[in-house]
Amino acid sequence: MKNRFFAGMAPVAALSMSLFASSALADITIGVTISSTGPGAALGIPLKNSVELWPTEVGGEKLKVIVLDDAGDPSVATTNARRFVNDDKVDVLVGSALTPASIAVAGVAAESSTPHLGCSPVPPNISKGKWTFIMPQDAGLIAKNLFAKMKADGVKTVGYIGFSDSYGDLWMGQFKAIGEQYGLKVIADERYARPDTSVSGQVLKLVAARPDAVFVGASGTGAALPQIGLRERGFTGKIYQTHGAVTFDFLRIAGKAADNTIFASGPAMAPEALPDTAETKPEGMAYVTAYEKKFGPGTRTQFGPHINDAMAILKKAIPVALKKAKPGTPEFRAALRDAIETGGPFPASQGVFNFKADDHLGLDDRAVVLFTAKNGKFEITK
Amino acid sequence: MIATFLIQDGVTNGAIYALLGLALVLLFSVTRVIFIPQGEFVAYGALTLALLDGGKVPATTSLLVCFGAIAFLFDLWSMRRGTDVRTFLRSLALNLVLPGVIYGITIVLAPLGLPSVAKALLTILIITPMGAYIYRIAYRPLADASVLVLLIASIGVHLAMMGLGLVFFGAEGLRAEPLANDNYTIGSLMVSAQSLCIYGATIAIIIGLYLFFERTLLGKALRATAVNRLGARLVGVRTHLTGVTAFTLAAAIGAVSGVLIGPITTIYYDTGFLIGLKGFVAAIIGGLASFPITAIAAIGVGLVESFSSFFASSFKEVIVFGLIIPVLIWLSLSGSFHEEE
Repeated sequence: MKNRFFAGMAPVAALSMSLFASSALADITIGVTISSTGPGAALGIPLKNSVELWPTEVGGEKLKVIVLDDAGDPSVATTNARRFVNDDKVDVLVGSALTPASIAVAGVAAESSTPHLGCSPVPPNISKGKWTFIMPQDAGLIAKNLFAKMKADGVKTVGYIGFSDSYGDLWMGQFKAIGEQYGLKVIADERYARPDTSVSGQVLKLVAARPDAVFVGASGTGAALPQIGLRERGFTGKIYQTHGAVTFDFLRIAGKAADNTIFASGPAMAPEALPDTAETKPEGMAYVTAYEKKFGPGTRTQFGPHINDAMAILKKAIPVALKKAKPGTPEFRAALRDAIETGGPFPASQGVFNFKADDHLGLDDRAVVLFTAKNGKFEITK
Repeated sequence: MIATFLIQDGVTNGAIYALLGLALVLLFSVTRVIFIPQGEFVAYGALTLALLDGGKVPATTSLLVCFGAIAFLFDLWSMRRGTDVRTFLRSLALNLVLPGVIYGITIVLAPLGLPSVAKALLTILIITPMGAYIYRIAYRPLADASVLVLLIASIGVHLAMMGLGLVFFGAEGLRAEPLANDNYTIGSLMVSAQSLCIYGATIAIIIGLYLFFERTLLGKALRATAVNRLGARLVGVRTHLTGVTAFTLAAAIGAVSGVLIGPITTIYYDTGFLIGLKGFVAAIIGGLASFPITAIAAIGVGLVESFSSFFASSFKEVIVFGLIIPVLIWLSLSGSFHEEE
């Protein structure tokens, strides 16, 4: 509890620190805007905690990191990003945790020509932006892997239940776009909101439609509500969950109801279980060990590693850019952007990033691992 | 078959909304406060119970001590022009000793692995005094302000309590263990013991409120204040006392709702707001004045919610909150609605 309290105070502290710190020009400045309060807090808090694990210098240059809270609100995210660009003269923008806020930061990055590492999925028109690079796995990549698994499991008809927001629409969109290629037919489309106290109505309708499997398009512990409801109402088919639901809190809340559920995830949730040859293992192990040492065992999440991966990329790209220009200048920012775009592959904890001019997502199948929940643990499926 | 499930689900949720609606009507009629943070008591109650289940000392206990200390400072400030020893001692006992004792009890009892009923009672004990402190801190200085000012204060209290909830409970949801794990089968219907607890508690609280208002002097004083504040004062009713009583009752009802709902769903630090709003819809249908209409309307809200989540889940909230519009039109047309200013 104490940790959480101090974690809550951190943005305030960071704000006051950044007000007092005189802007030493030679340092590399990174502006991070994260939703550590508001509806995205469950995603934003692990991201913000991960920033504390960043090194203090890269390539012999000191790092100056400023963290602000945007509460998931795009207009606050815009204000934060503008402050970073105009007052702090940052070299890199990082954030945010929610899609609408990330889109806002990407806008400021484009107009101020600042490299931007986004920590939430964004629509394709944003990830095509010249200055924006995206850390999390794209929904299309996850959907491809999950759908292939469903096909392999012999699933033909799917009942869909998801959040009644853009996250829920995102996964329904994937079914419409590529579901047919995997022989999947959606026979029920139900929606609910995270704070709902009951999903009985939706669950009854799903069960009545008799699908082979149910796909849950929800995130965090909110995804546990239909999971529990379906098992309570005697649904025995397979349940598939997205990477947004892969948290230990989910297993704690769903308990026995989570057994045999298939989750898509990034490799950073269980680097221990990866083969030693996996490129994602060294970064993943280092990150998870450091994070759980600081915040307690079993606190790792699917979201926090994106911050680690942003630094993994910067560690390799900054020395390249430093050869061309001094930090704090437009030339340095342009050089850094080029180094990120062309300097790959960057092995990181959630995948191996290999950006190209027309691909700022940069991830491939190495960034997706399938888990099965068994007895309160995630086990790797293949 | 499906309909019976939906009705059962709707009545269970409706019973929770009824408790919230009753608390809102109680507060509005006595203090003219539209108490938006009522739902926060539910969330605090549910989360406190969930933490007690895990054998942890819930952060709400330290929050209670902080609230008490702030209320004590407010009392000191209002006593700055001199006071007698009795008033001072009473304030000391209510604002510092009481939360201290509750804090001590919780620290001793939390790791012992109490039976679930004891944990539920402890939760109610922790949350209930918060109502009195919140009244002392936020509303008593504004007791004579207009309904609008009180509403704005409510929004402030709501945001503050939600923010504190995030700091103390974290962003992820928690789920408490049920008071009783049994299930009963009546015909084709499966009824869980937890939902029976919910019905029982709701009915008990409604009867309790009725007896309180009809049979006790304090209850009659509350009713007098509700009918006419100034008149009640003239005949010697201490309106601050009725205010404190109303808020304490509301917090207790909120804590009971939290204890009841915590085991049947996942509660987040911000869930309370939405539950509270649905209770508010019921309270509006009851004209913010009638207890029985509010209770019946709340069951109705629960049923509408459950059926709309079956037939049109994407539009569920639209349908539930849309209920309020025809009622408002009818209330404004019937013209019996007037505000005491």
